[in-house]
Amino acid sequence: MRLGYPESIKIIRVPCTGKVDALHLMRCFERGADGVIVVGCREGDCHYQSGNFRARKRVAEVAGLLERLGIGGERLRMVNLSSSDAPLFVKAAREIHEAVLAAGPNPVGRPRRPPAVPTASETPGKEVIRP
Amino acid sequence: MIVAERKPIEEILPWLEGARSVLVLGCNECVTVCEAGGKKEVGMLASALRLLFAKEGREVNVGERTLERQCDPEYLDELRDTIDAYDAVVSLACGVGIQFTAERYPSKPVYPGVNTCFMGAALERGVWAERCQGCGQCLLALTGAVCPVARCAKRLLNGPCGGSSAGKCELGPEVDCAWQLIIDRLKALGRMEDYERLIPVKDWSKDRAGGPRKVVREDVRS
Repeated sequence: MRLGYPESIKIIRVPCTGKVDALHLMRCFERGADGVIVVGCREGDCHYQSGNFRARKRVAEVAGLLERLGIGGERLRMVNLSSSDAPLFVKAAREIHEAVLAAGPNPVGRPRRPPAVPTASETPGKEVIRP
Repeated sequence: MIVAERKPIEEILPWLEGARSVLVLGCNECVTVCEAGGKKEVGMLASALRLLFAKEGREVNVGERTLERQCDPEYLDELRDTIDAYDAVVSLACGVGIQFTAERYPSKPVYPGVNTCFMGAALERGVWAERCQGCGQCLLALTGAVCPVARCAKRLLNGPCGGSSAGKCELGPEVDCAWQLIIDRLKALGRMEDYERLIPVKDWSKDRAGGPRKVVREDVRS
């Protein structure tokens, strides 16, 4: 069909939306994404039975958190469609694009690298136990 | 396990005002199992804090660490090399771990990231229920392994009371009458004669009534 969707959208492939953890969604925004759309199979069509239902709950949880944080819950949404639903995908992609344009840039700013503070695993000598 | 639930971030934030470096500290034990304070929850809270600080234009380093336990000194000592880099610690351990971390590092402000609720079990994924109150004198042998102290709202040792109706407590239809459960269990075990025996007055001094408690085992003491 060669349908176009907004160029700003970067596609990240996962085996199932059930694989998408709340933390993955948070990391997207932490690193500067303006919006995220989770595209799962149609409800009842999950190859793994309940992956897309799990994803839906996580998306709702994180969207609620983003709203409370003042980032904007509308920046995160989920849509269910099959791989042959190209027109629906394009519609959803345009809708999230419009929603993000309306909401403005991610208040966190441009994409950023993980924090500079060394985590325990990166800190040399972390195994040393002092009395 | 000790069951806890995550505190709303709005409650935690005011404590971190002025902090330039915050450590979110998880625990790999009970709070990991009840999904309140394990590595994943540490990641979520740290991520949310980073988002908030970045939005507010505050330069705050948010570190993440999850210890094997926060209720044992040897694991807490693993923090010694890194804790000085932080102005404050938000601990997602149970109340025990939070206090023990603060005791171990007296100069470091340690704040709770969870509300510690009870000792309980997982009824299903995402649902935990109270099963033990740590009363210090276990009665389960007499009650078919159903605890009237933890599960009866009145802690009746010889029940049920008049509020028991159709197997439910007068608190509401979602609360099982503990004494109905005890009777059902004793019937199933063929031990209804145990129900006829009166349970004597309990020594509540072994519960919280005796003040903070301590267990000492001289044979394993160092």
